[in-house]
Amino acid sequence: MSNQIIQGILLGGYYALIACGLSFMFSVMRIINLAHGSLAVFAAFALWWLASRFHIPPFVGLLIVLPLMAAIGWALQRFLLERSARGGALLPILTTFGLAIVIDNMLFEQFGADTRSLAPYIGSLSYDSWEWPGSIYVGKLAVIMFATAVILLGGLQLFLTRTRLGRSIRATSEDPDTAGLVGVDARRANAIAASIAMVTVGLAGAFLGMRATFDPYAGAPQLLFAFEAAVIGGAGSLWGTLVGGIVLALAQTLGAQVHPQGFLIGGHAVFLVVLFVRLSTSGLGLRGLLRLPSRSAS
Amino acid sequence: MSLLSVEDLVVRHGLLQAVRGVSFSIERGETLALVGANGAGKTTLLRAIAGAHQPAAGRVLLDGADLTNVPSHRRVGMGIALVPEGRKLFVQMTVEENLLLGRTAGRPGEWSVDRVLDMFPNLKPRRHAKTGHLSGGEQQATAIGRALMSNPEVLLLDEVSLGLSPLIVDRVYAALQGLIASGTTIILVEQDLNRALAVSDRVICMLEGRVALEGPSKAVSRDQVTKAYFGLHRKSPGSVPA
Amino acid sequence: MSAVSSSPVIERGTATSRIAAIAVAVIIALLAIAPQFLSAGAVDRMTALFIYVILAAMWNALAGFGGLVSVGQQVFFGLGAYFAIRLADAGLNPFASLFVSAIVVGVVSWPLSLFMLRLRNGEFAIGMWVIAALTHLLVNLDRLVQGETGTSLISLNVYDAGTRRVAIYWLALASMTALLAILFGLLRGSTGAAIRAIRDNEDAAASVGVRVTGTKRLLFVLAAFGIGVAGALWLATSITFQPKTYFNVQWTAYMIFMVLVGGIGTFEGAILGALVFFLIETWFGGTGVWYLVGLGATAVLFSLFLPRGLWGTIEERFGLRLLPVGYRVRLPATAVDGDATPQQSTISREKA
Repeated sequence: MSNQIIQGILLGGYYALIACGLSFMFSVMRIINLAHGSLAVFAAFALWWLASRFHIPPFVGLLIVLPLMAAIGWALQRFLLERSARGGALLPILTTFGLAIVIDNMLFEQFGADTRSLAPYIGSLSYDSWEWPGSIYVGKLAVIMFATAVILLGGLQLFLTRTRLGRSIRATSEDPDTAGLVGVDARRANAIAASIAMVTVGLAGAFLGMRATFDPYAGAPQLLFAFEAAVIGGAGSLWGTLVGGIVLALAQTLGAQVHPQGFLIGGHAVFLVVLFVRLSTSGLGLRGLLRLPSRSAS
Repeated sequence: MSLLSVEDLVVRHGLLQAVRGVSFSIERGETLALVGANGAGKTTLLRAIAGAHQPAAGRVLLDGADLTNVPSHRRVGMGIALVPEGRKLFVQMTVEENLLLGRTAGRPGEWSVDRVLDMFPNLKPRRHAKTGHLSGGEQQATAIGRALMSNPEVLLLDEVSLGLSPLIVDRVYAALQGLIASGTTIILVEQDLNRALAVSDRVICMLEGRVALEGPSKAVSRDQVTKAYFGLHRKSPGSVPA
Repeated sequence: MSAVSSSPVIERGTATSRIAAIAVAVIIALLAIAPQFLSAGAVDRMTALFIYVILAAMWNALAGFGGLVSVGQQVFFGLGAYFAIRLADAGLNPFASLFVSAIVVGVVSWPLSLFMLRLRNGEFAIGMWVIAALTHLLVNLDRLVQGETGTSLISLNVYDAGTRRVAIYWLALASMTALLAILFGLLRGSTGAAIRAIRDNEDAAASVGVRVTGTKRLLFVLAAFGIGVAGALWLATSITFQPKTYFNVQWTAYMIFMVLVGGIGTFEGAILGALVFFLIETWFGGTGVWYLVGLGATAVLFSLFLPRGLWGTIEERFGLRLLPVGYRVRLPATAVDGDATPQQSTISREKA
């Protein structure tokens, strides 16, 4: 049992990783990117392609894929999201959903229906484990994933609070109009935030490929997990995403004990319960759940 | 050449024409007071000068350079800083963070966080407090300080006395006097006519988007300004003011 | 300001809309007798078209009129089919099962709305998707369904293929007409005014007494019912029920495409979008994956460059309104003021 719990907690690290980009983008730009999961799968396929075609190991491949994801994020914001956000709150949902369909099906066109994995390319890392007292086995990859999540979240937090660019991004997310009036280029701040979000998505895609298998249509489930982890976590700080990821993973792991289908059902159920409790007690929407500042500032 | 000049500016606010062909200029070191009833177009005019509002026609020139199509964040870099109506601080961020944001444009100059805190000593203990928790006077001080941090050539102040008690307003204006004395160019929107006339070199009164009166503050009488303010100087409704 | 010489005229129907109304009646009559002249394959395709129109109209009702974008409406499509299977299995006549199933879906959606309508925008969108995913998983657990293997509406096989085909065709035509009529009636009535008020400014609408949540709930339940009907009808045409097919998010992709291309928030737009989708599917559906890429890309392009869709753009350009769901204000041409904006007839704008 304790083995399951440890696995669950470590899996939570992965969910935090994939959720952090989604909630970052939402808190900065008020956009929920429905193509989020598909972009992670895209990154996984890119790493797979580099590994199988050019024998570039995934961790090295990241040096190519992450800058690519950053560029994609910048382009996404500049050419797609910025424009659709001007059409109101609903349009970006439609735009990013359309984008997800395009990405999923182009991946299918390019790579076919077979499931792939990055596990063959990372040697023994995919199954190596450390033994802890009490004959508990902890996967090395799982620990690395969790550690990456913690470092990333911490790094993002520091970036936002301590650096000039981080301040600019926070100001833009609070009030883009006034941000411009103090000298912050709001468009640039948003584009950089999108790049950062996409880099985290790239990392998440890499770990997705390493710890499990993926296929062209794996984006949708990943999006749902990211969303659920972000909402369960709820707090305004990025650490909430880690908590949310852990809760989701634990619910899934424990659900799997109950029933073969329990993994997914457990996760969705916990999400709905948390949402229900939050809504009943506070009556606030996602903004309240994430404790984001409201637009009006006096 | 004047530091800032506005030529036949027309600015729309939704479907409404808030500014209908306003022209004026301001010299370096001058203090210009902009008065008028609510809805006269003063805030829209300031925002258009700062670049937050695109004019439908006309132009704004800074030191001879045409600012059309220059976005607001670049105008800060060129030397225009606006203290917006309602202060518009970033409430989730501290006083110091708000002030540091003012430096984003990177203009060289003497203003720094410490210098701002010297000018507004009441902010010193609140340096690391979130601005959402500050009192009205402290917020106003922070907002002015934030604009000053960009080392502006032209400082635009939109209703700094709004919602503040007279005592606090006194303090704010005392600080402003210091700024004026040091040669900063200022355009000041103010509802309190006495203060506006006392502190400025020139006054412009706006009515329904147009300039109804313009002249040196010492020379215009309260009576003249009041007439222009309410449109009493017009002979009949609808005709262009004399 | 000079005085206005005569008061503005408010009109409901115009000559164009009266002609359109007659045309609609004629078209429906023609469609009703069409099976006499069409091949079996064509009848099937027309049935599919009717189902697409229902899907588009319902998704538009929710998103375009209710402002609720949901990426999870496939849950009602799947449930419509699932309940029909269950009811038929319980012994109910298959055709009756179709209808009752949709009612059950509508009833089930009511408590769901109490919960989901508290969410906004993006969270509502994905929240519905989670509901769809969870429902899919739960339906899979039903032994009758046998997981992804699926089952069939076997009791329909009692009827011979020809009769079945025509009966389903008429059922689909009748459902489509009824649902469109209900929607039209709603929009013309006070609900329509409420919808427009909510769209413009929700808080302001609430402050004058518009029942915001109640109106949204009405649209939510109607859309659920309508999409449930569509799911049941689809089951009737294909007989087999594989959860994966019915609960697939692809259906939402189709609905989004139809509504975006047709014109979100316009009554005629949904119908136009369904037609366009139908034609594209007929011509390109066989090309596999590129077809889906094309759908997605078109949706993206429309949302960026033509957010009002084909009909919305036509409407804006030519002031054309075929089915009168709004009011027109014709301003007299004589009012003159030096500062007035140019005269135009103000149509109550349906905007997304």
